[in-house]
Amino acid sequence: MDTTLFQYDFIVKGLLGAIFASITAGLAGTYIVSKRMVFLSGGITHASFGGIGIGYFLGINPVVGAAVFGIMSALGVEYLSVKQKIREDSAIGILWAFGMATGIIFIYLTPGYSPNLMSYLFGSILTVTNADITALGIMSVILILYFGVFYRTILYISFDEVFARTYSSYVDIFKYITTSLIALTIVLNIRMAGVVLVISLLTIPPNIAMLFTKVYFKIVILSVFAGFAGTATGYAISYFAGIPVGATIIFTLVIIWVMAKGISLLAGKLPKLKSVNSSPKKHVE
Amino acid sequence: MALLFEIHSLSASYGTNVVLEDVNFSVGENDFIGVIGPNGGGKTTLLKIILGLLKPVSGNIVFNADLLDGKSIGYLPQMSTGDINYPVTVTDIVLSGLMIRKGILSGMTSADKKKAVMIIDELGLTEMAGSNINELSGGQMQRVFLGRAIIGDPKLLLLDEPGNFVDSTFESDFYEKLKELNSRMAILMVSHDVGTISSHIKSFACVNRSLHYHDSRAITNEDLLAYGCPIQLVTHGDIPHTVLKYHE
Repeated sequence: MDTTLFQYDFIVKGLLGAIFASITAGLAGTYIVSKRMVFLSGGITHASFGGIGIGYFLGINPVVGAAVFGIMSALGVEYLSVKQKIREDSAIGILWAFGMATGIIFIYLTPGYSPNLMSYLFGSILTVTNADITALGIMSVILILYFGVFYRTILYISFDEVFARTYSSYVDIFKYITTSLIALTIVLNIRMAGVVLVISLLTIPPNIAMLFTKVYFKIVILSVFAGFAGTATGYAISYFAGIPVGATIIFTLVIIWVMAKGISLLAGKLPKLKSVNSSPKKHVE
Repeated sequence: MALLFEIHSLSASYGTNVVLEDVNFSVGENDFIGVIGPNGGGKTTLLKIILGLLKPVSGNIVFNADLLDGKSIGYLPQMSTGDINYPVTVTDIVLSGLMIRKGILSGMTSADKKKAVMIIDELGLTEMAGSNINELSGGQMQRVFLGRAIIGDPKLLLLDEPGNFVDSTFESDFYEKLKELNSRMAILMVSHDVGTISSHIKSFACVNRSLHYHDSRAITNEDLLAYGCPIQLVTHGDIPHTVLKYHE
């Protein structure tokens, strides 16, 4: 009886986690991949480890600490690169390592053993709480509403910021809000995939989707499905094979990406059957 | 001819670097003005002032509210402003020209989408409507951005160095299109390529920190080579303008 209850809980948690992780990662991931912010996102992820360490040390929820660190580092990179004229990639590199160093120092200073450290680095569904799942669920709703309501505004600002400034005085506000939401998305997904692996959860699904469509919102939708396929499959494999879940999910996503790439290459070799738009003329300089 | 806007003794700077000084300038309804001058002379800055992207240090710009407000200016920026590898389609880009009339809540109606289809067709891009921008040639890209600039039926069209990304095969088509557009909107075209634009414009303004308007299209290369700017060109048209004897 106990075992079935445990299994039931495990499956529900895993399924909900997979759904919410796919939705949040699909929406945020398409944005960061399109805007080429993958390195920045990696920086945010690792910087947030500092918040996890401080959270442990102070005895508060490490996810809260990570969220504060994640958002501050996202805005900090913007501040350092724009206002202080430090190269953006250097600013990211500094905050990346600073966050990890802070995290390690504070975890070391925390009295007693920290059993969950590995789960933050590599993710573990076993340590995911109901509160974590609820937070991811709320985040999914926020992101769907945000990207749904402001779809064109966000799309056009991120495609051509200079042009957007000619008609909107909200460009900076939108950039800050979007970046903060992405930092939060990353932090909440750390429980699923871990600091080291979470960036792949955001970047692989959009790259799978982009093999099949060129339209932004279709990329988002396909990413969510690709992400769910990878997360759920990886989760099941990790359960039956008894291997770490974060690593299995990423491994599965990469396999899906390789297969998708193969399919799109094969499809490209077949005679054209469908759309009138499928005759891309290469841009010649 | 009614004026769209007037600029009065305007100066602009980036920090301590003064880029425009005591500029007086105006644009009328059917003008087709080439804005020429050396790099760093303030041509793009002038466009930024008109677009409201940069606030003048002194002086002002007064729009004729009956004909022109900030929402009826079309803008074709230099090529480099958009990310050409961004997953955005030709149709989406053309539609973005309507954002100026919309709030941030910004849905596109079916009328908007019909308008986009029409503009895309007019620019000969129908086959590429669903393509990403990086699948297009330079000339096609330019027409997409022109489509974005004109979909809102602007009264004033600002072009920043359109010669930068035109390939020679499309060049004559492009200027032909501009001529047609000029029948329904004023055009202000920034260029350093005086030779190319002189046969298309109606008049020109020479910008090199100061601005000198010349109500004539007769610019010769010799003038420009010798002075970086023509001298003593004083032609009085309907448009009030500052006349200066010498400038270099």
